[in-house]
Amino acid sequence: MARSAQKSVFTADLIVPAIGDAFRKLNPVELIRNPVMFTTAVVATLLTVLLAIGTDTLGFAFKLQLVVWLWLTVLFGTFAEALAEGRGKAQAASLRATKAELVAKKLKGKGDNYENVAASTLRIGDVVLVETGDLIPSDGEVIEGVASVNEAAITGESAPVIREAGGDRSAVTAGTRVLSDQIKVRVTVDPGQGFLDRMIALVEGAERQKTPNEIALTILLVGLTIIFLIAVGTIPSFAHYAGGDVPVAILAALLITLIPTTIAALLSAIGIAGMDRLVRFNVLAKSGRAVEAAGDIDTLLLDKTGTITIGDRQASEFKPVHGTTPAELAMAALLASLADETPEGRSIVQLAREKFGVTQSSLPHDAEVIPFTAQTRISGVRINGSLIQKGAVDSVLRANPGSGETPAAAELRRVTDEIARSGGTPLAVAQDGRLLGAIFLKDVVKAGIRERFGELRRMGIRTVMITGDNPLTAAAIAAEAGVDDFLAQATPEDKLDLIRKEQQGGRLVAMCGDGTNDAPALAQADVGVAMNTGTQAAREAGNMVDLDSDPTKLIEVVGLGKQLLMTRGALTTFSVANDVAKYFAIIPAMFIALYPGLTVLNVMGLGTPQSAILSAIIFNALIIPLLVPLALRGVTYRPIGAGPLLARNLAIYGLGGIIAPFVGIKLIDVAVNGLGLA
Amino acid sequence: MTVQGWMLILAFVGILLALTKPLGLWLHALYEGRSTPLHAILGPIEAGFYRLSGIDPTAEQSWRRYAVHMLIFNAVLLFFTYAILRLQGMLPLNPLHYGALPEHLSFNTAVSFTTNTNWQSYGGESTMSNLSQMLGLTIHNFLSAATGIALAFAFFRGFARRSASTIGNFWADCTRITLYLLLPLCIVYALFLIASGVPQTLAGSVDVTTLEGAKQTLTLGPVASQEAIKMLGTNGGGFFNANSAHPFENPTALTDFVQMLSIFAIGFGLTWTFGKAVGNPRQGWAILAAMVTIFLIGVTITYWQEAAGNPVLHQLGVPGGNMEGKEVRFGIAASSLFSVVTTAASCGAVNAMHDSFTALGGMIPLFNIQLGEVVVGGVGAGIYGFLLFAILAVFVAGLMVGRTPEYVGKKIEGREVKLAVLAIAVLPLVILGFTAIASVTQAGLVGPLNKGPHGFSEILYAFTSAVGNNGSAFAGLTANTPFYDGLLGVAMWIGRFFIIVPMLAIAGSLAAKKYTPESAGSFPTTGPLWTSLLIGIVLIVGGLTFLPSLALGPIADHLAMIGGHLF
Repeated sequence: MARSAQKSVFTADLIVPAIGDAFRKLNPVELIRNPVMFTTAVVATLLTVLLAIGTDTLGFAFKLQLVVWLWLTVLFGTFAEALAEGRGKAQAASLRATKAELVAKKLKGKGDNYENVAASTLRIGDVVLVETGDLIPSDGEVIEGVASVNEAAITGESAPVIREAGGDRSAVTAGTRVLSDQIKVRVTVDPGQGFLDRMIALVEGAERQKTPNEIALTILLVGLTIIFLIAVGTIPSFAHYAGGDVPVAILAALLITLIPTTIAALLSAIGIAGMDRLVRFNVLAKSGRAVEAAGDIDTLLLDKTGTITIGDRQASEFKPVHGTTPAELAMAALLASLADETPEGRSIVQLAREKFGVTQSSLPHDAEVIPFTAQTRISGVRINGSLIQKGAVDSVLRANPGSGETPAAAELRRVTDEIARSGGTPLAVAQDGRLLGAIFLKDVVKAGIRERFGELRRMGIRTVMITGDNPLTAAAIAAEAGVDDFLAQATPEDKLDLIRKEQQGGRLVAMCGDGTNDAPALAQADVGVAMNTGTQAAREAGNMVDLDSDPTKLIEVVGLGKQLLMTRGALTTFSVANDVAKYFAIIPAMFIALYPGLTVLNVMGLGTPQSAILSAIIFNALIIPLLVPLALRGVTYRPIGAGPLLARNLAIYGLGGIIAPFVGIKLIDVAVNGLGLA
Repeated sequence: MTVQGWMLILAFVGILLALTKPLGLWLHALYEGRSTPLHAILGPIEAGFYRLSGIDPTAEQSWRRYAVHMLIFNAVLLFFTYAILRLQGMLPLNPLHYGALPEHLSFNTAVSFTTNTNWQSYGGESTMSNLSQMLGLTIHNFLSAATGIALAFAFFRGFARRSASTIGNFWADCTRITLYLLLPLCIVYALFLIASGVPQTLAGSVDVTTLEGAKQTLTLGPVASQEAIKMLGTNGGGFFNANSAHPFENPTALTDFVQMLSIFAIGFGLTWTFGKAVGNPRQGWAILAAMVTIFLIGVTITYWQEAAGNPVLHQLGVPGGNMEGKEVRFGIAASSLFSVVTTAASCGAVNAMHDSFTALGGMIPLFNIQLGEVVVGGVGAGIYGFLLFAILAVFVAGLMVGRTPEYVGKKIEGREVKLAVLAIAVLPLVILGFTAIASVTQAGLVGPLNKGPHGFSEILYAFTSAVGNNGSAFAGLTANTPFYDGLLGVAMWIGRFFIIVPMLAIAGSLAAKKYTPESAGSFPTTGPLWTSLLIGIVLIVGGLTFLPSLALGPIADHLAMIGGHLF
């Protein structure tokens, strides 16, 4: 899924610093954030003290081993967290280096007078000048000029992008380099609040807050710990009744194997790794909450252009009306499009050349080009007093009032309806008030997108296509692409209303957007992915930013969210299921002195009571590093629907979780006895 | 085990499954406050009650208000019964002139009946006047059952309502359940029992001359009326000390069968009501399937163990199953079935002495209660207890489908998990904690009749029964002492209300949530997979919590028996 190659989890440059951090994380202040591991550490400390005092009948070597394995259990947990954090740290270091060298040319008053100041002194509202070769010192908005900018420092993409004042491409990011021209940028963030700062904090995991689901899970784990504390804490009284007693060290061993140390040790590593996967996928989430929400998404709003269809429409046919010949129409369309540099315009020129061999490649000098405006929605050209118009059908009809009721107009409407119904966009062409016909602009649906939507459907996610097209065209494309629903002729307000309506129905909505007018919808959506090329307003409003500005990624983001939740669930289930085998190892060993008959519960046939207890505690500790790769990589998500997915995961982590420790503890016991450790 | 025995068990389950939907429908009408055919006759009485007490049945209550009113109601009833028992000697309808009960016994009994436990530290026929039985105790049989069902309704509303701040009206729920469900059923049921030979009289006793010519005094009383609600309301407190093993409480094989059916009937029906309330009866069937499966596993083990009998006796030349402590009228199959039903359902009535069961045969009743009385469970209490486990199950495994866990359209988040864990942890805390106290203190150690692991089982069973609000006794434990009366009384109170309050808080929190429509990506909570998951969670949580205590009690006992050593 991720673009950058999956780095192996266990490389020396990651492991060595993580070992150091694992010890640093034993600091109780930090450890108490994880109550289960804290409990383990307290028990380990207690046993260490008891080992020193030496009050019971157990052998010193045995107790020493118990103490060592208990501490290792704690250390494996802190190590897992440190290792997960380590992967982000290298990236953070290089980002920090970029930040350190930022110098700003702060403008003084009007004009181009500036002074060099440290970027860290810039405040909101300051205006800076950025010239060719300079690094942009702070996040901001271009207020003057156009420049090509290399944003590789944050996106990893070396192809330059255009940043210009006004419009939807005005946002610039600190640490990116201007390659040509110069721009004036108004600073939009205070020091420490910028994108770069956020990214550093994010990849480092420094500002990591527990997410709602993580908090709920922690509560459950604490609850289980309390229940097991009760179960183990009452054993001495019961044993006393039976006329014996159980050494503290053995009670401690039972407690630690029963409480959910496995999931507790890996919980924060799972969260960090989840965020890290997103970062390496070039998506920045502003909070872990957003990543979790991504897994819960019910409705996905997708812009048609660029997500469902290839961004540009292609002219595919000329449809003349009322006696006009195809060649005549083609010629007029070509003339109207020669000055049109949009991909659509170019495709019209190309079609006219291919089909009718028209060779003219430039307009005469005296030709007057009428540019496209949002108001008229018509463009055209005036050559030798003859006016050729090209544009939306309604607009062209409106611009030529006389043609409204003619047979030609009726035929044009029929033809354009047909085009719309088959998923195309019609453009009408008129010459001096005479309707010539329509150009069939075809939307090209991306290859494989239909399958993706099928996948989403199986995941239980409804897709809604958002388009400015008329309903007929939208319906045709929706059918071709296989989306569940569409919103045609959508305005930003329509989008916002749709999101609200879905949310009122209890559904979580994700969308992506880039323009300033997308900002309200991005903010309203539960998961709003802003394109990095978008405006500052959009980037502020969304809770994720896609550095590659690829709207299709929304689908993968949902998958990553689900993967994060699944990994937590799978390891929790595994951890709890493990307890069954541990009981069968420790209970007979613990009570055999009281009731020798209980030896029948030793179903694994473990060597001695001491080796049984030691094997259980060793298994409990070793399972943590063994599961670290899974915690960091995440459980594979398959879009096969919740039922089959649950069946699969229950079989692997539930049933597997019951069986695995029976095998593991037995093997360890063989080794422990073979080595004479107990 | 015999074919006959198995046919009895299968017929039992079959009849109940057939009754589930009709009863569920009736309960659902009460849940929604809809009119039933009985409203024509009883409607004015209901309205009269409201007018008399100034209650507006349409006034919706928040979970806090619902809880406070429920607690006040129960506290007042507790003091009422305590007063009756303390003043028994001065009150009328006391044909045998019994005196007042001691303080500790009055406290224990009042708590016991208020909490739907019906643990009896006393022998009914030799302690209680008719007034105490009818007004002091039977009233609780109705009202504690009605409270349980009302609470289940409130919990259902938490799941069913959307963005709501209220969960119903406690007084209206209680009144309707008593009036339209419990009373009419009990009248018919009591008439059936009377026809079968159960006494219903205000006379104190009758003297008879036995076949040997000896004179014997047989205690009588209003037995049939108490018997009916004792079963239907999963109360279990017998009129006589021998409970349903006494021929006056349970005279025939047919009454025995009907008694077992009536213990489970409302519990079965409520699962359907839950499904209907949340808009999909299959949700209810899935829960019932899990309950019935666990129940059948239990029945199988107990029946198998009891039918296999005691190897020590076999060696002595006494073949066959274990008949110790069983009525010859009922035999092994019906006694085994009864014991599992009564403990699965928090009823606590007995037709055989669990203490005399084989170790493993007797462990199942014990373990049933330790699971939290959720296998069908007490009326109302069973289903809301089970739903707490469902919340836990959905939270643990629900993440595995890659979504924030949801159950019947409601997201399960930190608050619900916290409260569910709180409610579920109460059980082991009090059962194991109090057993630990009793097994090391002098006052506790004088209680058990037997030594060794069997004696330990007796203590463990007593506290388990109290906290689980079951009320059945393993017998063998001398419980009518200030120590046990007091500690068991506290255990019953905690076991009832310390689960109810967090449960209602969850109801309030869920009711306020939005509804999340089900999709292909939602965690499936209707199929066999979900049912197995529920079974797994209930067994694993219960098993892991109580295995050490079971190992030192019944399991050690059983292994000793195999080794030829009896306690």
